Amino acid sequence: MFSAQTLEKFAREVGKYPADQKQSAIMACLAHAQAEKGWLPAEAIEAVAAYLGMAPIAAWEVATFYNMYDLQPVGKYKITVCTNLPCALSGGYHAGEYLQQKLGIGYGETTADGKFTLKEGECMGACGDAPVFIVNNRSMCSHMHPEQIDKLLEECE
Amino acid sequence: MLEIEIDGKKAEVPDGSTVMDAAQQLGVYIPHFCYHKKLSIAANCRMCLVQVEKAPKPLPACATPVTNGMKVFTHSELAVKAQKGVMEFLLINHPLDCPICDQGGECQLQDLTVGYGPMQSRYSEEKHVVFHKNVGPLISMEEMSRCIHCTRCVRFGQEIAGVMELGMANRNMHSEITTFLGRSVDSELSGNMIDLCPVGALTSKPFRYTARTWELQRRRSVSPHDSVGANLVVQVKHDTVMRVLPYENEAVNECWISDKERFAYQALNSDQRLSQPMVKQGGAWREVDWNVALDYVAHGLKDLAREHGGDALAALAAPQCTVEELFLLNKIMRGLGSGNIDFRARQSDFSADGKGAGAPWLGLPLADLNDLDAALVVGSFLRKDHPLIAQRLRQAAKKGGKISLLSVTGDDPLINLHQQVTVPPSRLAAALGAVVKAAAELKGAAVAAGLEKIMVDAAAKAIAQSLLADGKRAIFLGNAATQSPAAAQLHALAQELARLTGATFGFFGEGGNTVGAYAAGVLPTGANARQMFAQPRRAYVLMGIEPELDCADPQLALGALRGASLVVFISAFKNEQALEYADVLLPMAPFTETAGTFVNSEGRIQSFNGVAKARGDSRPAWKILRVLGNVLNLDGFAYQSSEAVRDEALGQGKAFVAGLDNGLNGLAIALPPVAEGLQRIADVPIHFADPLARRAPALQQTGDAAAPTARMCARTLGELGLTAGDTVKVRQGGGEALLPLAVDDAVPAGCLRVAAGHPDTASLGGMFDPIFVERA
Amino acid sequence: MAMLGAINGVLMAGLDGDKGWRLKDYVGRGGYVQLRRILENKVTQEAVIDEVKKSALRGRGGAGFPTGLKWSFMPRAFPGDKYVVCNTDEGEPGTFKDRDIMRDNPHAVIEGMAIAAYAMGASRGYNYIHGEIWEIYQRFEEALAEARAAGFIGQNILGSGFNFELFAHHGYGAYICGEETALLESIEGKKGQPRFKPPFPASFGLYGKPTTINNTETFAAIPFILNMGGEEYLSLGKPNNGGTKLFSVSGHVNRPGNYEVPLGTPFATLLEMCGGMRGGRQLKAVIPGGSSAPVLPADVIMDCTLDYDSISKAGSMLGSGAVIVMDETVCMVKALERLSFFYHEESCGQCTPCREGTAWMYKVVHRIENGRGKPEDLDLLNSVLGNIAGRTICALGDAAAFPVQSFIRHFRSEFEYHIEHQRCQVPREVQWAGSGFHRIPA
Repeated sequence: MFSAQTLEKFAREVGKYPADQKQSAIMACLAHAQAEKGWLPAEAIEAVAAYLGMAPIAAWEVATFYNMYDLQPVGKYKITVCTNLPCALSGGYHAGEYLQQKLGIGYGETTADGKFTLKEGECMGACGDAPVFIVNNRSMCSHMHPEQIDKLLEECE
Repeated sequence: MLEIEIDGKKAEVPDGSTVMDAAQQLGVYIPHFCYHKKLSIAANCRMCLVQVEKAPKPLPACATPVTNGMKVFTHSELAVKAQKGVMEFLLINHPLDCPICDQGGECQLQDLTVGYGPMQSRYSEEKHVVFHKNVGPLISMEEMSRCIHCTRCVRFGQEIAGVMELGMANRNMHSEITTFLGRSVDSELSGNMIDLCPVGALTSKPFRYTARTWELQRRRSVSPHDSVGANLVVQVKHDTVMRVLPYENEAVNECWISDKERFAYQALNSDQRLSQPMVKQGGAWREVDWNVALDYVAHGLKDLAREHGGDALAALAAPQCTVEELFLLNKIMRGLGSGNIDFRARQSDFSADGKGAGAPWLGLPLADLNDLDAALVVGSFLRKDHPLIAQRLRQAAKKGGKISLLSVTGDDPLINLHQQVTVPPSRLAAALGAVVKAAAELKGAAVAAGLEKIMVDAAAKAIAQSLLADGKRAIFLGNAATQSPAAAQLHALAQELARLTGATFGFFGEGGNTVGAYAAGVLPTGANARQMFAQPRRAYVLMGIEPELDCADPQLALGALRGASLVVFISAFKNEQALEYADVLLPMAPFTETAGTFVNSEGRIQSFNGVAKARGDSRPAWKILRVLGNVLNLDGFAYQSSEAVRDEALGQGKAFVAGLDNGLNGLAIALPPVAEGLQRIADVPIHFADPLARRAPALQQTGDAAAPTARMCARTLGELGLTAGDTVKVRQGGGEALLPLAVDDAVPAGCLRVAAGHPDTASLGGMFDPIFVERA
Repeated sequence: MAMLGAINGVLMAGLDGDKGWRLKDYVGRGGYVQLRRILENKVTQEAVIDEVKKSALRGRGGAGFPTGLKWSFMPRAFPGDKYVVCNTDEGEPGTFKDRDIMRDNPHAVIEGMAIAAYAMGASRGYNYIHGEIWEIYQRFEEALAEARAAGFIGQNILGSGFNFELFAHHGYGAYICGEETALLESIEGKKGQPRFKPPFPASFGLYGKPTTINNTETFAAIPFILNMGGEEYLSLGKPNNGGTKLFSVSGHVNRPGNYEVPLGTPFATLLEMCGGMRGGRQLKAVIPGGSSAPVLPADVIMDCTLDYDSISKAGSMLGSGAVIVMDETVCMVKALERLSFFYHEESCGQCTPCREGTAWMYKVVHRIENGRGKPEDLDLLNSVLGNIAGRTICALGDAAAFPVQSFIRHFRSEFEYHIEHQRCQVPREVQWAGSGFHRIPA
């Protein structure tokens, strides 16, 4: 189900916790699983649960509770836009509208070519840098005004 | 002790009590949904908010610890405002259509809405809709919009059933109770979630929309299905059993019952009920009146006894029969001069007969199981054979009790085990012997003769250590031990281990009335359950039993029955096989339609009345036998009531039977030789174990009732050059069966697991006999 | 990168953005001196806690509980595992200080945690890092590796016999995990649903063991407090409000960013440090302590000093020190709609009043904003929020209620305008202009 590298990462995460608390690694392992698969298919969740000795439904609870797990396939680039109030005051809503217009999709949608998925996010803890995006859960983009947005979209191969 | 005052009433409560505990002690009702005394505290419904003096905010009674001198107000303005506020929130997304809800009339939400709900809804937004789910044949989750997210069902799975199958996915108002990917809920205790659900979200699938709660009469009864003797509330409408629920009895079943006990009632209403006495004449079955049938039986038995002696007759009854039924059957057989009577149809080793000090029993009260500090269970399919005993041991393990399981498969008992040792059936005695030897060595005591050559491994030592430590300790022999060809050896070894360690020892017991049968003395003085078939008799009386499914060696039994000149089949159900070998069919009332008594594994005498009128022309079997006794002109059959029979059998006015004693004398330890070749492991799947469960449609749709497969571990599979998925021919004795082959690493090497108790495998021989397998 | 500014900077003193975060840089700034001193001189646990108590350091996560007192609750004689947990799950809208601390000065957090672990006799620690700041999480992992290699964490630290294993654990998108018991549940590999208290984490925390949880900024302040002495740190602020505090300023100012100022600094001074209002527009309202704190109108906030007591007196909370500044271009209904959506979205779903009530409030505010308000809605909202606040396991219920209550209290006329005219008072282009986003789509 998972590559050797991903399994190695699983083992490293499990090593952070007391021996009888393997379940603690579920969040990190699901994140690694998602990074490998591009999203989190149910089989991957079940495999992680088995790896950690958890009931699959317990892993499912975790995967559905935290909103950075993608339980549906997403585009190659998932752009999450913070529209919470502090960002909105500095253009968060408007950056989102601009993106939607450029990509021709709404929040929760993926472009026809499968390249971009757009999501509306909650506070990312970088309100001073508004508007803020996160690409693929990993890299944060600050001060996303039109020029920066254009540049970001160009850089996405 | 802490002092507390609730609504002006004072109480003293133990340290660690919550306000809810104190309120219950005082008889003060505090409304609640998520709180349940058997589950962990979630404090999420917020319905039990009360005012506590000096606290600025209302506090949940279920989770707030009592402090000394605390004053609580459950009906103050602050408390009532909080409770009403919660009620309003619970109702905004809940459908307000009680008249079409199956829970209507027995819904905590509905009841509390009367007391705390608003007269009119202020909520004018769209209501949230939750999609329905299909989680199997027992629990209906059609109405999940009704769920109030109390998580009782989730906690039940985690804490009581020992397996988390339901969870609450998502968050915020999108939270919903679900299984992983819509899989079924398979726990053998799952039905209890229906009882726990305070609303109409989880309901009984078989019962759903068949009756309204207020149409039902509630009558108490006792479960025949296993040796716990769970107390039941049987709900009846127009003499039809509509539903079975637990009757709370902390000492016996707490507030739980197994799914088998809950749903087997469907069989009572099935078209397979035998409703008229029938006699075979000239190869054709004919319905007859009772007097004709009983005359026929009486004459037949009497004539055979006269011609061939009483020894030509034999009787076999199920351990689910009542004390009264068993006692009278025994009396009739004795009256006819036969000592060939037994109820231990699955037993294969009878060498302990006559050496026992009394009736074998659990060895301690059921309630003590939860508090064991250490226990060793030998030879048991624990969860399936004794779901509620497994549950109690689960609680003991949760409290730190060291529970070990020494058995013939590695099935997961869902108990946090101290040790699990899995051996082939023929090594069970040796494995127990190793624990005995380890205990002796650890204690510095002499090792019993016969155990000198046994190797003590680390697991045996760890088990022995746990049994030698301080605290409450016990050793139990389960069904697979009782049914084993080495049953007497296992008994002797358990006794020796108990002697060495100071632990108690006992038997789980197979049927709902196993201990009752012993206590009523329904034991052979002639041929036992095996001998009566191994040396065929001319006449058989069968009561409540289906030999092709219930006997240790079905083919042996069928052979004898086919050759007999008279077979009297007393049963609540029609039976295809019996139509062939029997000569008379007498329709008996099942437990719900007769008065009777079961004695559970702790020796508790539990009498009950019929909850419904007997179906068709069927009769309570104690009455059938009484009349038969009269027709036979036997003395002592003038009983006026079932109580009179019981009192004669067990003595008058007793709560527990006399003579419980697991002691065994005069049996030397001598380990049986290890079997050569492939060994059979024959479990009796939970829903095949008695005639009622076999005929309950919903139970038969569960995973536990899947048709048997031939199962072996990957290693044995490889050694035999077989592949999982193959159809294989399994041969045993003269019989064979075609079964799909499956890999199951819980099966020890060198063994083939083929379930007993099922038509697909009834053609095979003994449960412990040599077995052969080849690609079909 | 956010702008950094400081007067009397302590935590952020000597930092040059995210270039000098490595161990050698931190040591160069005097880092790990306190940990070394404590271990080498065998300073007693009581002495460390006393020094922290003297500083009057109050928890920087939002609740403002005195740190020294919290530490003294840990059962020091408890046999077996005890835990120290750092809360870097910074998701309170408006708050972004911990991210800067973690980016620029991660070793200050590590040293602070190690000292805390020593003082409380804990041998294991976790830093729970907001899932959205992945780069910061990775950097912290690197910093941990450096500290481990240098012997500042791990077994037998600096030869003292003191052991402290510290690990990073990331969140993955759940605001509620900033609540300390939800955070513990999350580390245990479950949904982040807060626990009912009591028992408190000091007696029943992570894996059921005694646990102390502090905010990132709190831990980061520890080495500096021990360096300068508790009393001196206290004297930087005002009585009962010791030391400096990072304020995260967002919204309609010219230079949003983190500003470390002494507690008690006038709000007007902070506003000036941020370069004043964007475009020279009028200040309308400020949420002074993160989105959960009640909003204050301009005239009220302009009279406040930035400390726990002053803001509390004005009817709000200093909270995490997240100052959300709003000018005249803001539609207060729309602003509240967004916050109400947030609390509804982030409700863990456990308690009835929060799960049902936050969704109800959002739906009503959403209706008002979209021109479908009813005259009775404002009373309804006030009643509903009254049934949420104080009725839930954790403070999220309160946090959801406060904005609704305070927005309606202070800006009732705007809500009434929406309901009466079925539309917003502030034209769309004005809102765009206020946001500073440069292009309005056609």
